[in-house]
Amino acid sequence: MAKTHYQLIILGGGPAGLTAGLYAARARLDHLLIEKGAEGGQVLLTDWVDNYPGFPDGLSGFELSEKMAAHAKRFDLQTLTANVTAMDLSVSPRQLTLEDGSTLSCDTLIICTGARPRLLDVPGEQEMAGKGVSYCATCDAPFYRGLRVAVVGGGNTAVQEAGHLTKFAEQVTIIHRRDTLRATGIIQEKAFANPKIDYIWNSRVTAISGEKGVEQLKLINNDGQESTLDVDGIFVLVGVIPNNEMLPLDLLTADEYGFIPTDGEMRTAVPGVMAAGDIRSKDVRQIINAAGEGATAVLAAEHYLNSTIQ
Amino acid sequence: MASDKIKAVNDADFDATTASATPTLVDFWAPWCGPCKAIGPVVEDLAQEYAGKVTILKMNVDDNPATPGRFGIRAIPTLILFKSGEVVDQITGAVGKAQLSELIKKAL
Repeated sequence: MAKTHYQLIILGGGPAGLTAGLYAARARLDHLLIEKGAEGGQVLLTDWVDNYPGFPDGLSGFELSEKMAAHAKRFDLQTLTANVTAMDLSVSPRQLTLEDGSTLSCDTLIICTGARPRLLDVPGEQEMAGKGVSYCATCDAPFYRGLRVAVVGGGNTAVQEAGHLTKFAEQVTIIHRRDTLRATGIIQEKAFANPKIDYIWNSRVTAISGEKGVEQLKLINNDGQESTLDVDGIFVLVGVIPNNEMLPLDLLTADEYGFIPTDGEMRTAVPGVMAAGDIRSKDVRQIINAAGEGATAVLAAEHYLNSTIQ
Repeated sequence: MASDKIKAVNDADFDATTASATPTLVDFWAPWCGPCKAIGPVVEDLAQEYAGKVTILKMNVDDNPATPGRFGIRAIPTLILFKSGEVVDQITGAVGKAQLSELIKKAL
């Protein structure tokens, strides 16, 4: 019979999970990392990573996630490709239910399920997904060679990916609900110096329409004035929502947005259960933070295991 | 990205390959697309599960620009389900196995 109990289960294989995996494997903990697809998480959506220390020339998000996975696997990281659909954290050991109905149990759990792009939630968005509405500039930019696109958002992801889009698109319009960008200094500098990027400030998208694909956006500004913008595509990069569907949110005392609070050692409200990376309730969602939190969480798990040995 | 269960298809042989009465799922992908990589193991799993009932193909959109254009594909991964050459339904993004299973069942 296949093994069903582990000292430590790591749920999710983004930067937090892979770093936790690296530390767990090196600590020789009896561990398993469960990931539903390929390792990498949201980093896979990132065109270029220029702020991860140790890579002075930058590297693609794809390459960074491959390196992180390879690094952990060098120390015999144990992985399972599966979708965890539910868990019971009120019992010891903790129980996880997989999509196929089987269960696994663990003494300690590190939740690194991350986050995914937030939707605009406007008419036409779902109908046009894949037909001009995109959440991943890295994936879809090459389909817009010589075309006009809009980017919604003003944070790091939106402004950086707008720059990436200009390698293909003729014109990129950033639509932002405020009158200044939130992206970090160097990313703003590059965007303002890019002649292919223009801006519509203080405005929101209220509808997306078109015959076979996206043709027009309906906008409203902060004064209530409506307008339209003709585009061939719209990239929605307005922040993230937590991947928390499998989590007992009450027990983990999730915040109002569904993210999981922890202390400085990444411990959640449930003993022996840690959270790391974008699923945590926090302000800063950077790859480097996620990695650091993954490492901290394993040390907390080890501490918990040592303290509970009879 | 091709394997023993999943064959690569190109612009030239696309119509002939998808004309079959056996349901055919085509995974449009590219090497630079992270989510395409993420969905890879799920598609592999389904190819095993539905072996003999559904043909699963992969098309690299970098090497084959004509077919994605014909189907209005503007995002990848996009998976389109064909039966007898007609589009049954399609799905975009790195969705889970359950969702892809639901899609396939529409043609069974």
